Amino acid sequence: MNVMDPAAVTVPAAIRLRVVGVGKSFPGVRALDEVSLDVRQGEIHALVGENGAGKSTLMKILSGIYPAGTFDGSFSMDGVACLFRSVQDASRAGFAIVHQELSLAPELSVAENIFLGREPAGFMGNIRWTELFRQTRDLLDSLGLALDPARSAGSLGVGQQQMVEIAKALSHRAHILILDEPTAALTDAESEALFRILAALKSKGHSIIYISHRLEEVFRLADRITVMRDGRTVRSAATADWNENSVIGAMVGRDVSKLFPAGGRVAGSVALEVRNLEVSGSLHGGSKVTLKAYHGQVLGIAGLMGAGRTEMLATIFGASPWRGGEILVDGKPVTVRRPADAIAHGIAFVTEDRKSSGLLLEQSIVRNVTLPSLRRLSGRVFTDDARELRAAMPLYQSMRVKAPSPLVTAATLSGGNQQKVVLCKWLLTGPGILLLDEPTRGIDVGARQEIYAEIDKLARAGMAIVMVSSDLAEVLGMADRVLVMRDGGLAGEFTGSHANAHDVMACATGISRLQPPEPPGREAQ
Amino acid sequence: MTTARISPIPSRPAAPAARRVPLVSSRSFVIVLALLGMWAIFAYLTHGTFLSARNISNLSRQTAVTGILAIGMVMIIVTANIDLSVGSLVGLSGLVSVLTQTTLHWGLLPSLAAGLLAGLAVGLLQGTLVAYLRIPSFIVTLGGLLAWRGATKGASGGNTFPIKVESFRRIGQSYLSPEAGWILAIVTVVAIAVWTIRRRGSRSSLGLASWTPLETALRIIAPVLLVVGFIKALNSYAGVPVPVVILLFSLFAATVVMQNTRFGRHLYAIGGNVEAARLSGIDPRRNVLAAFCVMGALAAVAGTVYTARVGSASPDAGTLLELDAIAACVIGGASLAGGRGTVIGACLGALFMASLDNGMSLQNVPDFIQDIVKGFILVLAVGIDMVQRRSD
Repeated sequence: MNVMDPAAVTVPAAIRLRVVGVGKSFPGVRALDEVSLDVRQGEIHALVGENGAGKSTLMKILSGIYPAGTFDGSFSMDGVACLFRSVQDASRAGFAIVHQELSLAPELSVAENIFLGREPAGFMGNIRWTELFRQTRDLLDSLGLALDPARSAGSLGVGQQQMVEIAKALSHRAHILILDEPTAALTDAESEALFRILAALKSKGHSIIYISHRLEEVFRLADRITVMRDGRTVRSAATADWNENSVIGAMVGRDVSKLFPAGGRVAGSVALEVRNLEVSGSLHGGSKVTLKAYHGQVLGIAGLMGAGRTEMLATIFGASPWRGGEILVDGKPVTVRRPADAIAHGIAFVTEDRKSSGLLLEQSIVRNVTLPSLRRLSGRVFTDDARELRAAMPLYQSMRVKAPSPLVTAATLSGGNQQKVVLCKWLLTGPGILLLDEPTRGIDVGARQEIYAEIDKLARAGMAIVMVSSDLAEVLGMADRVLVMRDGGLAGEFTGSHANAHDVMACATGISRLQPPEPPGREAQ
Repeated sequence: MTTARISPIPSRPAAPAARRVPLVSSRSFVIVLALLGMWAIFAYLTHGTFLSARNISNLSRQTAVTGILAIGMVMIIVTANIDLSVGSLVGLSGLVSVLTQTTLHWGLLPSLAAGLLAGLAVGLLQGTLVAYLRIPSFIVTLGGLLAWRGATKGASGGNTFPIKVESFRRIGQSYLSPEAGWILAIVTVVAIAVWTIRRRGSRSSLGLASWTPLETALRIIAPVLLVVGFIKALNSYAGVPVPVVILLFSLFAATVVMQNTRFGRHLYAIGGNVEAARLSGIDPRRNVLAAFCVMGALAAVAGTVYTARVGSASPDAGTLLELDAIAACVIGGASLAGGRGTVIGACLGALFMASLDNGMSLQNVPDFIQDIVKGFILVLAVGIDMVQRRSD
């Protein structure tokens, strides 16, 4: 690898990776369409876009997770077409990816983690420990990392684990290093350390694809920025040719107004009030949240991943431990320490991941729908299948769940229909307050539209809806009022006509404080 | 298992021409077929001895202890837990009952209660450790397997104690009179018919595809023939053995609990998706604790039947029974990952294991070969199931 003088980078460097017309379809979804992209040698190339814009799908193609032949288009490295059949092929060709979720074996040492499966071994297969540690030492030194190779990975902080992941990626002699949201879990100091290493790698001629939501970082680090939206590359240009406004504009500039029902819902009384609620389990800790949600309206909660939105809903619902603060339902203080308390007070919670926390996949639709309402739908001792079916049937039909019968198992349904079943389940509890966490994640457009219409109908019928979503268009299209969360606390509030994608995104990313977290001009109060 | 598995019939309005899921997809039906096949082979090999009234009576008694344990075990397995201690608990509870008779001169009911309490106490302890202290059930009950066996050996001093109370012995060794047997048959038949017709009625009232008269008739006639044939065979020998009555009663009660009470439904929910269950307002800890208590009590019942059948309490009574019970559940379609399994499946699995034992013993197959065959069949049954599931 030729070491380049950092000063020479201003001269257009050789194109290392060229992606031409890549597309990828999943059943019912075109995840990527005509994606093209050039990454030069010794460049940090930022890839920016909303959740679901197709960044991860593209990375999975580059790193061989989706093998050649399962997608359209092509990509080449140094002019040689890449036809990977496996992750190993991609790794051998010099692609290395550091995923957002760390994947080190916590009980193994740093050295063992880095050379996992490739340990220097003697002819009997015995590991040559001295050699292993020496190589690790060299590698860590070259990155300027003062880590003990013999330390167990689990004893390291998140930031250091990230460094080990990067060292591991480089030990494969990677030419192209892909980092997916590397600073999401890092403190500021750890981020700084990471940036120094990236700068050093760049000066040694490595190419880095840097995926991040944090525009501040992107503008600081990147040589070029590519924005993706709805599976397409919107624009790819040198950082100097972008500004924060144009990046945000490119990220959110899409017209999906037809997807959403007309607004104009009138706020009723306060349904849910939260005062100084300590959000547990959040990365940032110690933040307190105060908010109100009104009957008859949708309250949207925007923010980046890890901003504490899910944790806030879980705390209100009693699914995460309560650490302090007050919850009032219809003006009366209530004690919520476990989900059963919340259900009893008419709060329902549709979680982000319907497979891991929403459904019993092996059970029938009816049994899923009646699970939280079983006490009400059964006698003193025995449950009553017919009564449950009678209770579930109207919702099952009005929600238009597409299934051969309400007695088939939930596992046989598509994502959209599974989500409808989860909605049915919570609506059957007769809630006054509906908490929705990413209600349309991974759902095709048709089912999304139906779910939006249902949410609108429920709000108009007087329900208070709190909807967390990473899809800005969705938040803006559905919500009467938008709260923005950042770092575990509230960062801003926007009402109706005042809400626009640009300001909300700016507030969520912490780019500008032009929009102060002022109290909203709520006319209906 | 869910209603859907029992009656996977599409609704009329949604899919008029939808294909019907074949009856064979029901796991219980597959085991019944396998059982019939195995019985035919053994009947042929033993020149009919296998299906003689005397042997059917033996076989049904052999099934009883494993069956009762499997009923409790399936409730544990459904919650994605396991109980390895039940074999030792059979020994311990039996010994407790007999010791209270010999040393304290207790009568039938107090000594039965003592054994039952021992089982319940162990279930309560193990359930608390699993549910509230989050110690894996495999570890807790592996410890139990060793500790309760050790306690049994210690308390017995290595000796075997014959039963003192004659009525206690009869629990394991006596038979219902033929008349009582027929009354049992009639009650069962009426119950099956009423239940089937009621379900048919509720299906049509809800707009679901109703069963055709032929289907309804089959759903009644097949089990009725089975019941009548079974009672007739047992009556022609000595009557229905009391352990079998206890098994059938446990089977009926546990099926109702698992299918038609909130407790049972909560167990399936916890094993199927503990997070979804928790968010639906279910307390997983309390329910898992209760399941372990039920298992402890059923292990004591099995211990009573076992001890009464053998006629004495010995230090190694019930050794390895936990493995038979687990195998029965798994052959009966339960998943060790939780959320799936039925009481009737577990009992059919127990009958399957007992039939293998019984048939091979009649053939004088050496013990070690019996073990090897049972091991193979267990793995084979689950292997076939996994392959089928993957192809679905």
